[in-house]
Amino acid sequence: MLAILRRDFRSYFNSPIAYVLIGLFICIMSLFFVDSLNAGVANFSSNFISSMSFMLLFIVPILTMRSFSEDKKSGTEVLLLTSPVRLSQVVLGKYLAATAVFLVLTAVSLVFPLVLLIYGKPDGATLFSAYLGFILLGMVFISVGVFASSLTENQIVAAIITFVSLFTLTSFSYIGSYVGGLVGKVLNWLAFMEKYYEFSAGIIDITSIIFMLSFAVVFVFLTVRILERKRWSQG
Amino acid sequence: MIEIQNLTKDYGKIRALDDVSFTVEKGEIVGFLGPNGAGKSTTMNIITGFISSTSGTVRVAGYDVLENPVEVKKHIGYLPEQPPLYPDMTVSEFLDFCAELKKVPRREWKSQKKDIMELVKVTHVSHRLIRNLSKGYRQRVGLAQALVGSPEVLILDEPTVGLDPKQIIEIRKLIKALGKKHTIILSTHILPEVSAVCDRVIIINKGRIAAVDTPENLSRKLSDFSRFTITVAGPEKRVREILQGVDGVKEVSVGGKPAEDETSFIVEADKDRDVRRPIFNQLAAAGYPILELKSMNLTLEEIFLQLTTTEAKEAV
Repeated sequence: MLAILRRDFRSYFNSPIAYVLIGLFICIMSLFFVDSLNAGVANFSSNFISSMSFMLLFIVPILTMRSFSEDKKSGTEVLLLTSPVRLSQVVLGKYLAATAVFLVLTAVSLVFPLVLLIYGKPDGATLFSAYLGFILLGMVFISVGVFASSLTENQIVAAIITFVSLFTLTSFSYIGSYVGGLVGKVLNWLAFMEKYYEFSAGIIDITSIIFMLSFAVVFVFLTVRILERKRWSQG
Repeated sequence: MIEIQNLTKDYGKIRALDDVSFTVEKGEIVGFLGPNGAGKSTTMNIITGFISSTSGTVRVAGYDVLENPVEVKKHIGYLPEQPPLYPDMTVSEFLDFCAELKKVPRREWKSQKKDIMELVKVTHVSHRLIRNLSKGYRQRVGLAQALVGSPEVLILDEPTVGLDPKQIIEIRKLIKALGKKHTIILSTHILPEVSAVCDRVIIINKGRIAAVDTPENLSRKLSDFSRFTITVAGPEKRVREILQGVDGVKEVSVGGKPAEDETSFIVEADKDRDVRRPIFNQLAAAGYPILELKSMNLTLEEIFLQLTTTEAKEAV
Protein backbone atom coordinates (compact mmCIF):
# COMPACT_ATOMS: atom_id res chain seq x y z
CA MET A 1 0.00 0.00 0.00
CA LEU A 2 2.79 2.39 0.95
CA ALA A 3 4.57 1.60 -2.31
CA ILE A 4 1.52 2.61 -4.35
CA LEU A 5 0.93 5.69 -2.19
CA ARG A 6 4.52 6.84 -2.68
CA ARG A 7 4.57 6.13 -6.40
CA ASP A 8 1.31 7.90 -7.14
CA PHE A 9 2.22 10.85 -4.96
CA ARG A 10 5.54 11.25 -6.76
CA SER A 11 3.82 10.82 -10.11
CA TYR A 12 1.51 13.77 -9.33
CA PHE A 13 4.58 15.91 -8.82
CA ASN A 14 6.51 14.41 -11.75
CA SER A 15 3.83 15.69 -14.06
CA PRO A 16 2.73 19.33 -14.11
CA ILE A 17 -0.69 18.39 -12.75
CA ALA A 18 -0.04 18.97 -9.04
CA TYR A 19 1.81 22.26 -9.63
CA VAL A 20 -0.82 23.58 -12.01
CA LEU A 21 -3.63 22.64 -9.63
CA ILE A 22 -1.99 24.16 -6.56
CA GLY A 23 -0.88 27.25 -8.47
CA LEU A 24 -4.33 27.79 -9.95
CA PHE A 25 -6.00 27.23 -6.62
CA ILE A 26 -3.79 29.75 -4.82
CA CYS A 27 -4.20 32.26 -7.67
CA ILE A 28 -7.98 32.19 -7.60
CA MET A 29 -8.12 32.07 -3.83
CA SER A 30 -5.99 35.19 -3.55
CA LEU A 31 -8.59 37.01 -5.65
CA PHE A 32 -11.30 35.80 -3.27
CA PHE A 33 -9.07 36.79 -0.39
CA VAL A 34 -8.60 40.39 -1.49
CA ASP A 35 -12.22 40.64 -2.47
CA SER A 36 -13.58 39.45 0.87
CA LEU A 37 -11.09 41.69 2.71
CA ASN A 38 -12.46 44.68 0.83
CA ALA A 39 -16.05 43.62 1.43
CA GLY A 40 -15.35 43.44 5.15
CA VAL A 41 -17.17 40.24 6.08
CA ALA A 42 -17.98 39.73 9.75
CA ASN A 43 -16.74 36.15 10.12
CA PHE A 44 -13.86 36.31 7.77
CA SER A 45 -12.09 32.97 8.16
CA SER A 46 -15.17 30.76 7.87
CA ASN A 47 -16.42 32.76 4.94
CA PHE A 48 -13.15 32.53 3.12
CA ILE A 49 -12.71 28.82 3.73
CA SER A 50 -16.23 28.21 2.46
CA SER A 51 -15.20 29.67 -0.85
CA MET A 52 -12.12 27.44 -0.76
CA SER A 53 -14.46 24.48 -0.40
CA PHE A 54 -16.45 25.66 -3.36
CA MET A 55 -13.24 25.56 -5.39
CA LEU A 56 -12.82 21.89 -4.45
CA LEU A 57 -15.68 21.10 -6.83
CA PHE A 58 -13.32 21.94 -9.68
CA ILE A 59 -9.99 20.93 -8.16
CA VAL A 60 -10.86 17.39 -7.05
CA PRO A 61 -12.11 16.04 -10.41
CA ILE A 62 -8.81 17.05 -12.01
CA LEU A 63 -6.82 15.67 -9.11
CA THR A 64 -8.43 12.22 -9.13
CA MET A 65 -9.20 11.73 -12.81
CA ARG A 66 -6.00 9.83 -13.49
CA SER A 67 -6.04 7.72 -10.36
CA PHE A 68 -7.23 4.44 -11.89
CA SER A 69 -7.99 5.59 -15.42
CA GLU A 70 -4.35 6.06 -16.30
CA ASP A 71 -3.37 2.61 -15.02
CA LYS A 72 -6.16 1.09 -17.04
CA LYS A 73 -5.09 2.85 -20.18
CA SER A 74 -1.36 2.18 -19.90
CA GLY A 75 -1.81 -1.44 -18.82
CA THR A 76 -0.14 -0.99 -15.45
CA GLU A 77 -3.41 -2.05 -13.86
CA VAL A 78 -2.30 -5.62 -14.61
CA LEU A 79 0.86 -5.08 -12.60
CA LEU A 80 -1.05 -3.80 -9.58
CA LEU A 81 -3.72 -6.47 -9.73
CA THR A 82 -1.35 -9.40 -10.23
CA SER A 83 0.97 -8.34 -7.43
CA PRO A 84 0.65 -10.07 -4.09
CA VAL A 85 -1.27 -7.10 -2.69
CA ARG A 86 -4.89 -7.02 -1.62
CA LEU A 87 -7.26 -5.06 -3.81
CA SER A 88 -8.29 -2.91 -0.85
CA GLN A 89 -4.68 -1.94 -0.31
CA VAL A 90 -4.30 -0.92 -3.94
CA VAL A 91 -7.36 1.30 -3.70
CA LEU A 92 -6.33 2.71 -0.33
CA GLY A 93 -2.84 3.49 -1.65
CA LYS A 94 -4.26 5.40 -4.58
CA TYR A 95 -6.83 7.17 -2.42
CA LEU A 96 -4.24 8.25 0.14
CA ALA A 97 -1.87 9.48 -2.58
CA ALA A 98 -4.55 11.83 -3.92
CA THR A 99 -5.37 12.84 -0.36
CA ALA A 100 -1.70 13.58 0.31
CA VAL A 101 -1.55 15.92 -2.68
CA PHE A 102 -4.72 17.56 -1.39
CA LEU A 103 -3.06 18.02 2.02
CA VAL A 104 -0.08 19.69 0.35
CA LEU A 105 -2.52 22.05 -1.31
CA THR A 106 -4.18 22.68 2.05
CA ALA A 107 -0.81 23.40 3.63
CA VAL A 108 0.05 25.92 0.92
CA SER A 109 -3.31 27.63 1.43
CA LEU A 110 -2.32 28.28 5.04
CA VAL A 111 -0.55 31.31 3.68
CA PHE A 112 -3.86 33.23 3.79
CA PRO A 113 -4.57 32.73 7.50
CA LEU A 114 -0.91 33.54 8.07
CA VAL A 115 -1.38 36.95 6.46
CA LEU A 116 -4.42 37.44 8.68
CA LEU A 117 -2.43 36.50 11.77
CA ILE A 118 0.25 39.04 10.95
CA TYR A 119 -2.11 41.94 10.33
CA GLY A 120 -5.04 41.11 12.55
CA LYS A 121 -6.53 38.81 15.14
CA PRO A 122 -8.58 36.04 13.54
CA ASP A 123 -10.47 33.67 15.79
CA GLY A 124 -8.08 30.72 16.01
CA ALA A 125 -10.70 28.19 17.08
CA THR A 126 -13.04 28.98 14.20
CA LEU A 127 -10.14 28.89 11.81
CA PHE A 128 -9.15 25.44 13.05
CA SER A 129 -12.67 24.11 12.84
CA ALA A 130 -13.18 25.56 9.36
CA TYR A 131 -9.96 23.97 8.17
CA LEU A 132 -10.93 20.63 9.69
CA GLY A 133 -14.19 20.83 7.78
CA PHE A 134 -12.31 21.71 4.61
CA ILE A 135 -10.03 18.70 4.94
CA LEU A 136 -12.89 16.31 5.70
CA LEU A 137 -14.84 17.65 2.74
CA GLY A 138 -11.80 17.18 0.53
CA MET A 139 -11.47 13.56 1.69
CA VAL A 140 -15.12 12.88 0.83
CA PHE A 141 -14.75 14.51 -2.59
CA ILE A 142 -11.57 12.57 -3.36
CA SER A 143 -13.23 9.26 -2.49
CA VAL A 144 -15.96 10.07 -5.03
CA GLY A 145 -13.31 11.04 -7.59
CA VAL A 146 -11.27 7.87 -7.14
CA PHE A 147 -14.47 5.85 -7.45
CA ALA A 148 -15.35 7.61 -10.72
CA SER A 149 -11.89 7.01 -12.13
CA SER A 150 -12.21 3.28 -11.45
CA LEU A 151 -15.21 3.24 -13.78
CA THR A 152 -13.51 4.34 -16.96
CA GLU A 153 -10.15 4.37 -18.71
CA ASN A 154 -10.81 7.84 -20.06
CA GLN A 155 -9.55 10.58 -17.76
CA ILE A 156 -11.84 13.27 -19.15
CA VAL A 157 -14.88 11.08 -18.64
CA ALA A 158 -13.71 10.36 -15.09
CA ALA A 159 -13.36 14.07 -14.38
CA ILE A 160 -16.82 14.83 -15.74
CA ILE A 161 -18.46 12.00 -13.77
CA THR A 162 -16.73 13.27 -10.65
CA PHE A 163 -17.81 16.85 -11.21
CA VAL A 164 -21.43 15.94 -11.88
CA SER A 165 -21.57 13.57 -8.88
CA LEU A 166 -20.02 16.13 -6.56
CA PHE A 167 -22.38 18.79 -7.81
CA THR A 168 -25.36 16.51 -7.19
CA LEU A 169 -24.10 15.42 -3.78
CA THR A 170 -23.52 18.96 -2.61
CA SER A 171 -26.98 20.05 -3.64
CA PHE A 172 -28.74 17.27 -1.73
CA SER A 173 -30.01 19.65 0.93
CA TYR A 174 -31.53 21.98 -1.68
CA ILE A 175 -33.10 19.11 -3.54
CA GLY A 176 -34.25 17.63 -0.24
CA SER A 177 -36.08 20.75 0.79
CA TYR A 178 -37.83 20.93 -2.59
CA VAL A 179 -38.86 17.30 -2.73
CA GLY A 180 -39.98 16.91 0.88
CA GLY A 181 -41.48 13.71 2.26
CA LEU A 182 -39.43 10.60 2.86
CA VAL A 183 -37.10 11.15 -0.10
CA GLY A 184 -36.45 14.65 1.13
CA LYS A 185 -35.66 13.31 4.58
CA VAL A 186 -33.19 10.77 3.21
CA LEU A 187 -31.52 13.39 1.05
CA ASN A 188 -31.31 15.77 3.97
CA TRP A 189 -29.79 13.07 6.11
CA LEU A 190 -27.17 12.37 3.42
CA ALA A 191 -26.41 16.04 2.86
CA PHE A 192 -22.86 16.24 4.11
CA MET A 193 -22.67 19.88 3.10
CA GLU A 194 -24.90 20.66 6.09
CA LYS A 195 -22.36 18.94 8.32
CA TYR A 196 -19.65 20.88 6.61
CA TYR A 197 -21.35 24.23 7.33
CA GLU A 198 -21.32 23.36 11.01
CA PHE A 199 -17.54 23.12 10.88
CA SER A 200 -17.18 26.42 9.10
CA ALA A 201 -19.41 27.99 11.73
CA GLY A 202 -16.97 26.76 14.36
CA ILE A 203 -18.93 23.75 15.63
CA ILE A 204 -16.86 20.57 15.88
CA ASP A 205 -19.26 17.68 16.27
CA ILE A 206 -17.81 14.20 16.58
CA THR A 207 -20.83 12.66 14.81
CA SER A 208 -20.19 14.96 11.85
CA ILE A 209 -16.57 13.86 11.69
CA ILE A 210 -17.60 10.22 11.77
CA PHE A 211 -20.35 10.86 9.23
CA MET A 212 -17.98 12.42 6.71
CA LEU A 213 -15.26 9.85 7.23
CA SER A 214 -17.77 7.05 6.71
CA PHE A 215 -18.89 8.70 3.52
CA ALA A 216 -15.31 8.48 2.25
CA VAL A 217 -14.99 4.88 3.46
CA VAL A 218 -18.16 3.89 1.62
CA PHE A 219 -16.81 5.21 -1.68
CA VAL A 220 -13.40 3.61 -1.17
CA PHE A 221 -15.22 0.35 -0.50
CA LEU A 222 -17.36 0.80 -3.61
CA THR A 223 -14.18 1.30 -5.65
CA VAL A 224 -12.85 -2.03 -4.37
CA ARG A 225 -16.14 -3.66 -5.34
CA ILE A 226 -16.00 -2.16 -8.83
CA LEU A 227 -12.51 -3.51 -9.44
CA GLU A 228 -13.50 -6.88 -8.05
CA ARG A 229 -16.58 -7.03 -10.22
CA LYS A 230 -14.45 -6.24 -13.29
CA ARG A 231 -12.39 -9.29 -12.53
CA TRP A 232 -15.49 -11.44 -12.47
CA SER A 233 -17.18 -9.82 -15.40
CA GLN A 234 -18.41 -12.03 -18.16
CA GLY A 235 -18.80 -9.31 -20.69
CA MET B 1 3.67 -26.71 -10.34
CA ILE B 2 0.68 -25.49 -12.31
CA GLU B 3 -2.48 -27.54 -12.56
CA ILE B 4 -5.35 -26.38 -14.69
CA GLN B 5 -8.59 -28.30 -14.78
CA ASN B 6 -11.63 -27.82 -17.00
CA LEU B 7 -11.04 -24.12 -17.36
CA THR B 8 -13.86 -22.28 -19.12
CA LYS B 9 -14.30 -18.58 -19.67
CA ASP B 10 -17.28 -16.85 -21.26
CA TYR B 11 -17.33 -13.30 -22.46
CA GLY B 12 -21.03 -12.70 -22.81
CA LYS B 13 -22.13 -15.27 -25.34
CA ILE B 14 -18.66 -15.87 -26.67
CA ARG B 15 -16.80 -18.79 -25.17
CA ALA B 16 -13.16 -17.73 -25.02
CA LEU B 17 -11.94 -20.87 -23.29
CA ASP B 18 -13.66 -24.21 -23.48
CA ASP B 19 -12.78 -26.92 -21.00
CA VAL B 20 -9.02 -26.42 -21.00
CA SER B 21 -6.94 -28.72 -18.80
CA PHE B 22 -3.20 -29.17 -18.58
CA THR B 23 -0.39 -29.35 -16.07
CA VAL B 24 3.08 -27.89 -16.08
CA GLU B 25 5.83 -29.60 -14.11
CA LYS B 26 8.46 -27.79 -12.12
CA GLY B 27 11.32 -26.56 -14.29
CA GLU B 28 9.53 -26.99 -17.60
CA ILE B 29 9.36 -24.43 -20.35
CA VAL B 30 5.96 -24.77 -21.94
CA GLY B 31 4.99 -22.97 -25.10
CA PHE B 32 1.46 -21.84 -25.69
CA LEU B 33 0.98 -21.83 -29.41
CA GLY B 34 -2.05 -20.58 -31.25
CA PRO B 35 -3.30 -17.99 -33.70
CA ASN B 36 -4.44 -14.58 -32.49
CA GLY B 37 -7.61 -14.77 -30.45
CA ALA B 38 -7.16 -18.44 -29.60
CA GLY B 39 -7.37 -17.82 -25.86
CA LYS B 40 -3.69 -17.64 -24.91
CA SER B 41 -3.87 -14.30 -23.13
CA THR B 42 -7.15 -15.21 -21.47
CA THR B 43 -5.61 -18.35 -20.00
CA MET B 44 -2.61 -16.40 -18.76
CA ASN B 45 -4.76 -13.68 -17.25
CA ILE B 46 -6.71 -16.33 -15.38
CA ILE B 47 -3.61 -18.11 -14.07
CA THR B 48 -2.21 -14.83 -12.77
CA GLY B 49 -5.51 -13.93 -11.12
CA PHE B 50 -6.09 -10.82 -13.20
CA ILE B 51 -9.44 -12.08 -14.39
CA SER B 52 -11.53 -14.94 -13.08
CA SER B 53 -12.69 -18.03 -14.86
CA THR B 54 -16.32 -18.92 -15.47
CA SER B 55 -15.63 -22.42 -14.20
CA GLY B 56 -12.72 -24.72 -13.58
CA THR B 57 -9.79 -24.60 -11.19
CA VAL B 58 -6.26 -23.25 -11.36
CA ARG B 59 -3.66 -24.28 -8.81
CA VAL B 60 -0.18 -22.84 -8.66
CA ALA B 61 2.35 -24.32 -6.24
CA GLY B 62 -0.57 -26.06 -4.53
CA TYR B 63 -2.62 -22.89 -3.95
CA ASP B 64 -5.96 -22.26 -5.60
CA VAL B 65 -6.15 -18.96 -7.47
CA LEU B 66 -9.64 -18.20 -6.18
CA GLU B 67 -9.15 -19.29 -2.59
CA ASN B 68 -5.68 -17.94 -2.06
CA PRO B 69 -4.96 -15.28 -4.68
CA VAL B 70 -2.25 -13.45 -2.74
CA GLU B 71 -0.29 -16.67 -2.16
CA VAL B 72 -0.55 -17.61 -5.86
CA LYS B 73 0.54 -14.15 -6.97
CA LYS B 74 3.62 -14.43 -4.77
CA HIS B 75 4.78 -17.38 -6.88
CA ILE B 76 4.21 -15.77 -10.26
CA GLY B 77 6.07 -13.21 -12.32
CA TYR B 78 3.91 -11.99 -15.16
CA LEU B 79 4.80 -10.19 -18.35
CA PRO B 80 1.52 -9.31 -20.07
CA GLU B 81 1.23 -8.66 -23.78
CA GLN B 82 1.62 -4.95 -23.17
CA PRO B 83 4.47 -4.54 -20.66
CA PRO B 84 3.04 -2.75 -17.59
CA LEU B 85 5.41 0.19 -17.25
CA TYR B 86 5.07 3.65 -15.77
CA PRO B 87 6.50 6.02 -18.38
CA ASP B 88 7.21 8.75 -15.83
CA MET B 89 9.63 6.61 -13.80
CA THR B 90 13.22 5.66 -14.46
CA VAL B 91 14.04 1.97 -14.93
CA SER B 92 15.69 1.87 -11.53
CA GLU B 93 12.78 3.57 -9.75
CA PHE B 94 10.30 1.32 -11.48
CA LEU B 95 12.08 -1.85 -10.42
CA ASP B 96 12.32 -0.54 -6.85
CA PHE B 97 8.57 0.03 -6.94
CA CYS B 98 7.98 -3.53 -8.17
CA ALA B 99 10.20 -4.92 -5.43
CA GLU B 100 8.18 -3.00 -2.85
CA LEU B 101 4.92 -4.24 -4.33
CA LYS B 102 6.18 -7.81 -4.25
CA LYS B 103 7.56 -7.33 -0.76
CA VAL B 104 11.14 -8.30 -1.55
CA PRO B 105 13.24 -7.86 1.61
CA ARG B 106 15.43 -4.76 1.34
CA ARG B 107 18.70 -6.54 2.07
CA GLU B 108 18.15 -9.06 -0.71
CA TRP B 109 16.85 -6.50 -3.15
CA LYS B 110 20.06 -4.57 -3.64
CA SER B 111 22.02 -7.48 -5.05
CA GLN B 112 19.01 -8.98 -6.77
CA LYS B 113 18.32 -5.75 -8.61
CA LYS B 114 21.87 -5.67 -9.89
CA ASP B 115 21.62 -9.28 -11.08
CA ILE B 116 18.29 -8.76 -12.82
CA MET B 117 19.43 -5.62 -14.60
CA GLU B 118 22.56 -7.35 -15.82
CA LEU B 119 20.61 -10.42 -16.91
CA VAL B 120 18.20 -8.49 -19.13
CA LYS B 121 20.91 -5.96 -20.03
CA VAL B 122 19.29 -2.75 -18.88
CA THR B 123 22.02 -1.62 -16.46
CA HIS B 124 23.21 1.13 -18.78
CA VAL B 125 19.73 2.62 -19.15
CA SER B 126 18.78 2.30 -15.48
CA HIS B 127 18.62 6.07 -14.95
CA ARG B 128 16.63 6.87 -18.03
CA LEU B 129 12.91 7.49 -18.04
CA ILE B 130 10.94 4.54 -19.37
CA ARG B 131 9.09 7.01 -21.59
CA ASN B 132 12.29 7.53 -23.58
CA LEU B 133 13.17 3.87 -24.08
CA SER B 134 12.75 1.98 -27.34
CA LYS B 135 10.27 -0.86 -27.69
CA GLY B 136 13.03 -3.45 -27.28
CA TYR B 137 14.22 -1.97 -24.01
CA ARG B 138 10.70 -1.59 -22.70
CA GLN B 139 10.15 -5.27 -23.35
CA ARG B 140 13.30 -6.04 -21.37
CA VAL B 141 12.24 -3.84 -18.48
CA GLY B 142 8.90 -5.66 -18.58
CA LEU B 143 10.77 -8.92 -18.33
CA ALA B 144 12.91 -7.54 -15.49
CA GLN B 145 9.70 -6.62 -13.70
CA ALA B 146 8.50 -10.23 -13.97
CA LEU B 147 11.80 -11.45 -12.50
CA VAL B 148 11.61 -9.24 -9.40
CA GLY B 149 11.47 -11.38 -6.29
CA SER B 150 12.63 -14.36 -8.39
CA PRO B 151 9.22 -16.07 -8.53
CA GLU B 152 9.15 -19.80 -9.23
CA VAL B 153 6.77 -19.41 -12.14
CA LEU B 154 7.22 -17.01 -15.03
CA ILE B 155 4.32 -16.30 -17.34
CA LEU B 156 5.33 -14.46 -20.48
CA ASP B 157 2.73 -13.34 -22.98
CA GLU B 158 4.33 -13.00 -26.42
CA PRO B 159 7.70 -11.93 -25.02
CA THR B 160 9.33 -11.39 -28.42
CA VAL B 161 6.59 -9.47 -30.15
CA GLY B 162 7.72 -6.18 -31.66
CA LEU B 163 11.43 -6.89 -31.33
CA ASP B 164 13.97 -6.94 -34.11
CA PRO B 165 15.48 -10.31 -35.13
CA LYS B 166 18.66 -9.80 -33.11
CA GLN B 167 16.70 -8.91 -29.98
CA ILE B 168 14.40 -11.88 -30.55
CA ILE B 169 17.36 -14.25 -30.52
CA GLU B 170 18.72 -12.62 -27.36
CA ILE B 171 15.40 -12.82 -25.53
CA ARG B 172 14.96 -16.46 -26.56
CA LYS B 173 18.40 -17.27 -25.22
CA LEU B 174 17.56 -15.45 -22.03
CA ILE B 175 14.31 -17.37 -21.60
CA LYS B 176 16.12 -20.63 -22.20
CA ALA B 177 18.64 -19.68 -19.50
CA LEU B 178 15.87 -18.67 -17.10
CA GLY B 179 14.28 -22.05 -17.64
CA LYS B 180 17.01 -23.63 -15.56
CA LYS B 181 15.72 -21.94 -12.42
CA HIS B 182 12.10 -21.14 -13.19
CA THR B 183 9.01 -22.86 -14.50
CA ILE B 184 7.99 -20.92 -17.58
CA ILE B 185 4.85 -20.64 -19.65
CA LEU B 186 5.23 -18.49 -22.71
CA SER B 187 2.77 -17.78 -25.44
CA THR B 188 3.50 -17.14 -29.07
CA HIS B 189 1.97 -17.42 -32.46
CA ILE B 190 5.33 -18.07 -34.05
CA LEU B 191 6.12 -21.71 -34.71
CA PRO B 192 9.94 -21.61 -34.76
CA GLU B 193 9.97 -19.80 -31.43
CA VAL B 194 8.48 -22.83 -29.78
CA SER B 195 11.00 -25.26 -31.18
CA ALA B 196 13.77 -22.85 -30.21
CA VAL B 197 12.96 -22.62 -26.50
CA CYS B 198 10.23 -24.96 -25.31
CA ASP B 199 10.30 -28.43 -23.79
CA ARG B 200 6.64 -28.93 -24.51
CA VAL B 201 4.01 -27.29 -26.66
CA ILE B 202 0.34 -26.75 -26.02
CA ILE B 203 -1.50 -25.85 -29.18
CA ILE B 204 -4.64 -23.92 -28.52
CA ASN B 205 -7.21 -22.91 -31.08
CA LYS B 206 -10.61 -21.30 -30.65
CA GLY B 207 -10.43 -21.78 -26.89
CA ARG B 208 -9.70 -25.49 -27.03
CA ILE B 209 -6.50 -27.43 -26.66
CA ALA B 210 -5.74 -28.98 -30.02
CA ALA B 211 -2.56 -30.86 -29.11
CA VAL B 212 0.03 -31.25 -26.37
CA ASP B 213 3.41 -32.65 -27.26
CA THR B 214 7.13 -31.98 -27.58
CA PRO B 215 8.16 -29.75 -30.48
CA GLU B 216 10.00 -32.69 -32.11
CA ASN B 217 6.98 -35.00 -32.01
CA LEU B 218 4.76 -32.30 -33.39
CA SER B 219 6.91 -31.62 -36.38
CA ARG B 220 7.19 -35.36 -36.99
CA LYS B 221 3.42 -35.66 -36.89
CA LEU B 222 3.18 -32.84 -39.34
CA SER B 223 5.49 -34.41 -41.85
CA ASP B 224 3.70 -37.71 -41.41
CA PHE B 225 2.32 -38.60 -44.80
CA SER B 226 1.64 -42.23 -44.05
CA ARG B 227 -2.08 -41.56 -44.30
CA PHE B 228 -3.42 -39.02 -46.73
CA THR B 229 -6.18 -38.29 -49.19
CA ILE B 230 -5.50 -37.84 -52.85
CA THR B 231 -7.90 -36.63 -55.51
CA VAL B 232 -7.14 -37.65 -59.07
CA ALA B 233 -8.84 -36.94 -62.39
CA GLY B 234 -9.17 -40.26 -64.22
CA PRO B 235 -11.05 -43.56 -64.24
CA GLU B 236 -11.40 -44.91 -60.72
CA LYS B 237 -10.37 -48.46 -61.45
CA ARG B 238 -7.25 -47.57 -63.41
CA VAL B 239 -6.05 -44.98 -60.90
CA ARG B 240 -6.54 -47.39 -58.02
CA GLU B 241 -4.40 -49.96 -59.81
CA ILE B 242 -1.61 -47.44 -60.30
CA LEU B 243 -1.78 -46.34 -56.64
CA GLN B 244 -1.69 -49.91 -55.40
CA GLY B 245 1.22 -50.61 -57.68
CA VAL B 246 3.42 -47.97 -56.02
CA ASP B 247 6.11 -49.41 -53.79
CA GLY B 248 5.28 -48.71 -50.11
CA VAL B 249 1.53 -48.23 -50.47
CA LYS B 250 -0.34 -50.61 -48.18
CA GLU B 251 -3.96 -49.84 -48.72
CA VAL B 252 -6.11 -47.77 -51.03
CA SER B 253 -9.81 -47.06 -50.51
CA VAL B 254 -12.23 -44.72 -52.22
CA GLY B 255 -13.09 -41.69 -50.12
CA GLY B 256 -15.57 -39.99 -52.41
CA LYS B 257 -16.30 -38.67 -55.86
CA PRO B 258 -16.11 -34.87 -55.93
CA ALA B 259 -16.95 -34.78 -59.68
CA GLU B 260 -17.85 -37.09 -62.60
CA ASP B 261 -14.31 -38.02 -63.59
CA GLU B 262 -12.60 -37.28 -60.29
CA THR B 263 -12.05 -39.66 -57.39
CA SER B 264 -10.70 -39.17 -53.88
CA PHE B 265 -8.74 -42.04 -52.41
CA ILE B 266 -7.53 -42.61 -48.89
CA VAL B 267 -4.04 -44.01 -49.07
CA GLU B 268 -2.13 -45.70 -46.31
CA ALA B 269 1.58 -46.20 -46.75
CA ASP B 270 4.61 -47.35 -44.78
CA LYS B 271 5.46 -44.95 -41.99
CA ASP B 272 9.09 -44.34 -42.85
CA ARG B 273 8.55 -43.93 -46.54
CA ASP B 274 7.45 -40.92 -48.51
CA VAL B 275 5.36 -42.29 -51.36
CA ARG B 276 4.14 -38.96 -52.65
CA ARG B 277 6.82 -38.51 -55.28
CA PRO B 278 6.52 -41.97 -56.93
CA ILE B 279 2.74 -41.60 -56.93
CA PHE B 280 3.05 -38.30 -58.71
CA ASN B 281 5.49 -39.66 -61.28
CA GLN B 282 3.42 -42.71 -62.11
CA LEU B 283 0.11 -40.87 -62.34
CA ALA B 284 1.72 -38.20 -64.47
CA ALA B 285 3.15 -40.83 -66.76
CA ALA B 286 -0.31 -42.38 -67.13
CA GLY B 287 -1.79 -38.94 -67.82
CA TYR B 288 -4.00 -38.66 -64.72
CA PRO B 289 -3.42 -35.31 -62.99
CA ILE B 290 -3.39 -35.07 -59.16
CA LEU B 291 -5.88 -32.39 -58.12
CA GLU B 292 -5.29 -32.52 -54.41
CA LEU B 293 -3.10 -34.28 -51.88
CA LYS B 294 -3.32 -33.67 -48.17
CA SER B 295 -2.50 -35.25 -44.88
CA MET B 296 -5.37 -36.73 -42.90
CA ASN B 297 -4.17 -34.99 -39.75
CA LEU B 298 -6.44 -32.13 -40.65
CA THR B 299 -7.11 -30.05 -37.58
CA LEU B 300 -3.46 -29.82 -36.60
CA GLU B 301 -2.50 -29.07 -40.15
CA GLU B 302 -4.96 -26.24 -40.39
CA ILE B 303 -3.73 -24.62 -37.21
CA PHE B 304 -0.16 -24.89 -38.31
CA LEU B 305 -1.01 -23.48 -41.68
CA GLN B 306 -2.46 -20.44 -39.96
CA LEU B 307 0.57 -20.17 -37.73
CA THR B 308 3.13 -20.50 -40.45
CA THR B 309 1.38 -18.03 -42.70
CA THR B 310 1.43 -15.44 -39.92
CA GLU B 311 5.13 -15.99 -39.47
CA ALA B 312 5.72 -15.69 -43.20
CA LYS B 313 3.80 -12.45 -43.34
CA GLU B 314 5.82 -11.03 -40.49
CA ALA B 315 9.09 -11.98 -42.07
CA VAL B 316 8.34 -9.86 -45.12
